[in-house]
Amino acid sequence: MKRRDFLVIGSLLLLSLVLLFVLRVGKKAGNEVIVRVDGQEQGRYSLSTSGQYELNGGTNILCIEDGKAYMESADCPDKVCIHRGKISKAGETIICLPNRLTVTVSGEVEIEGFTG
Amino acid sequence: MRMNVMKLTKLGLLVTLALILSFLEAQVPPLTAIPGIKLGLPNAAIVFLLYAVGEWEAGLVSLLRILLVSVLFGSLISLWYSAAGAILSLAVMILLKKSRKFSCITVSTLGGVCHNIGQIAAACLITRTAELVYYLPVLLLSGTVAGVLIGLLSGIILKRMEKL
Repeated sequence: MKRRDFLVIGSLLLLSLVLLFVLRVGKKAGNEVIVRVDGQEQGRYSLSTSGQYELNGGTNILCIEDGKAYMESADCPDKVCIHRGKISKAGETIICLPNRLTVTVSGEVEIEGFTG
Repeated sequence: MRMNVMKLTKLGLLVTLALILSFLEAQVPPLTAIPGIKLGLPNAAIVFLLYAVGEWEAGLVSLLRILLVSVLFGSLISLWYSAAGAILSLAVMILLKKSRKFSCITVSTLGGVCHNIGQIAAACLITRTAELVYYLPVLLLSGTVAGVLIGLLSGIILKRMEKL
């Protein structure tokens, strides 16, 4: 390990920490989730009404409860989307790669220092 | 690249080793709810190959590993996704190693980070959902930490193997 090794690793750590602080994902509550398959919007569901929704012709079941959305079931083997847990803040996304499906909480992600 | 029986056997063993490491890692329950946060154990085999054998061999083993993992445990979609991470990571590690300016810890760290960047980029393209970039900061952090650990591990393996 030389000085430039520490420099590179240190800058990577600093950059990721700054980005984590600056991009305020998961700070502002959202009102609805947008469901997309292959980038095409399939529907929007309000976070204020509880319910269960079949997505993508039944491959995934989305649950909304207490203002939070989570994936109840999925037909894929990896279950990454179910493991993601509950989302409710602007910019948070549940991804199901095998079905090319995403569930994103709508709303702008604020950048620290800018208010819009 | 000349292939004799000895080399073929060695590379075959290393593909198997990388495959077993991938399988082992898949058995460990995820540490967090964020997809993509992992140690990247198979990368230890790739970093070892890069330094102990050569660039071509490291590339070959890495590509064979993702092909086998996708055929055995994944799907066509997971193949594109893994390939994006592995190829970007490999290209960056080869360039950095060839520059001879950095230790294997830095090479492994940037490899880990680029693996995560490649996977996020592929996931964004496959699902056409730009919001996935918001996963990047936390994956940069986890990739750096995991890359340092794997780099340290590879350093130890390289030192021990020298005596063989």
